[in-house]
Amino acid sequence: MTVDTNKTTGPADTPPAGPEAIKAIPVRHYGRYVSAVVAIALFVAIVYAFAQGNINWSAVPDYFFDDRIITGVWKTLLLTVLSMVIGIVGGILLAVMRLSRNPVTSTIAWFYIWFFRGTPVLVQLVVWFNLGLVFTYINLGPIYKDYWSSFMTPLLTALLGLGLNEAAYMAEICRAGLLSVDEGQTEASQALGMSHGRTLRRIVIPQAMRVIVPPTGNEVVNMLKTTSLVSVVQYPELFRYAQDIGQVSGAPVEMYFLAAAWYLILTSILSVGQYYIERYYARGSSRTLPPTPFQKIKANMLSLSGYRR
Amino acid sequence: MTSVEKTDGTSANAMVKSEGVHKSFGPVEVLKGIDLEVKSGEVFCLIGPSGSGKSTFLRCINHLEKVNAGRLYVDGELVGYRQKGDKLYELKDSEVALKRRDIGMVFQRFNLFPHMTALENVMEAPVQVKGSSKAQARERAGQLLERVGLADKAASYPSQLSGGQQQRVAIARALAMDPKLMLFDEPTSALDPELVGDVLDVMRDLAESGMTMIVVTHEMGFAREVGDSLVFMDGGVVVESGNPRDVLTNPQHERTQSFLSKVL
Repeated sequence: MTVDTNKTTGPADTPPAGPEAIKAIPVRHYGRYVSAVVAIALFVAIVYAFAQGNINWSAVPDYFFDDRIITGVWKTLLLTVLSMVIGIVGGILLAVMRLSRNPVTSTIAWFYIWFFRGTPVLVQLVVWFNLGLVFTYINLGPIYKDYWSSFMTPLLTALLGLGLNEAAYMAEICRAGLLSVDEGQTEASQALGMSHGRTLRRIVIPQAMRVIVPPTGNEVVNMLKTTSLVSVVQYPELFRYAQDIGQVSGAPVEMYFLAAAWYLILTSILSVGQYYIERYYARGSSRTLPPTPFQKIKANMLSLSGYRR
Repeated sequence: MTSVEKTDGTSANAMVKSEGVHKSFGPVEVLKGIDLEVKSGEVFCLIGPSGSGKSTFLRCINHLEKVNAGRLYVDGELVGYRQKGDKLYELKDSEVALKRRDIGMVFQRFNLFPHMTALENVMEAPVQVKGSSKAQARERAGQLLERVGLADKAASYPSQLSGGQQQRVAIARALAMDPKLMLFDEPTSALDPELVGDVLDVMRDLAESGMTMIVVTHEMGFAREVGDSLVFMDGGVVVESGNPRDVLTNPQHERTQSFLSKVL
């Protein structure tokens, strides 16, 4: 079918004389002015209260880049990354198990999620720490044999405690993602002769990622903060170091503020990373990709300077 | 292929042979004994009201649905099972997948992979399933997109294409596996009326090249013009079959008459 694509084009040199633009007086929203003033006043009051309170603020910058704090930051990041890797790999595995047609694997996955999601992570950490009461030795035949207590280092305890707990949450997130992919996609790839595994890997998971990434970003931020619990298994990280410095330097509360500031910085960096991952998995899903923050700032600057398109 | 009778009794030139095929979804019996034969190289049209079981039958052919009773053969081989003596053995998933390679399918809702460009959609199965090299698959995909008139859309994502364009990419994707049989499940039902023509043109071109095609459709014009055989289904049974021109212009059965009077 050949369609004649000769469109009638208007004269290109003269811009079309559009209708006269409406010039009307906009509605005044007085309520907005009032609420803005109230909100600003409250904010200022809170900042003032903290600023003139009995807190030695100068102690915060003094210790901000202290060696122990920097070590703590790295350990916190290490814990976060490794626990999330355990959590994500375990989560995908559990999600696939739960969706499997094999009733045994799906039930086992169900029980795992039920248990690890149903008990506090702090309790799980302490249990891992004290598992030496149950297992005296770890014996992997000819490969490895040692006392449980020397095998279970604080780092390993912390990783298992956080990672296995996380896997239960990630499983539900991954399951939601897998279920969100249209069944037609599976059918189409099966009709092309693709195996189950390949369909999952090439077709379903890349599309599920769009649903999986935002809540996973949430989980990463949560994980970063939850790592502050692992001092109970004797693994020192940012919060523990800040606490230690606080007790020695005589500025305990100040060091909590310092730790809070570091956590904020780290979570902010992670959020930026999340934004770009989301952008990657959004390809093909919308006609134009959302702008990067840099592009947004540029656009805002232009609109502020009165530039209109 | 010689015209010798195969051991299972189907004649060698039958691409699809259905003997008393039944299919139920729970208590609902959708197919109540379908007997038909699709010859190699013919365009076989399935028409009928919605719920008549024509799409379900099509999906049984590449084992997307499991047949409950009866026998279904594609190119002389039983679909989904292996017969040894008088016992039937279910095929493994990998064996079913192997057979599906030879059967292309085009869906009503296109089902293109949205995270891949048109070209990547067409390349996917040859690379992943057949193990073709990427360069080879890319070249072939380019040719196929040109064949369906979309050479300039190779880099576009499905969301950037119109329904008609998406469906033509879907046809190219199915052709990339060099199937011996193509199944079309209402390929134009989800399209704007003015986009239907482009898709039918591609299908007509495909029919002329000698491809065996089974087409579930509401496009009576296409069936009359391109079809070699036509079957009218209703309530899970074949009501009437024959040459499309005869059935459409001079239906014998009362149910066919009333259906055609509504759609023509």
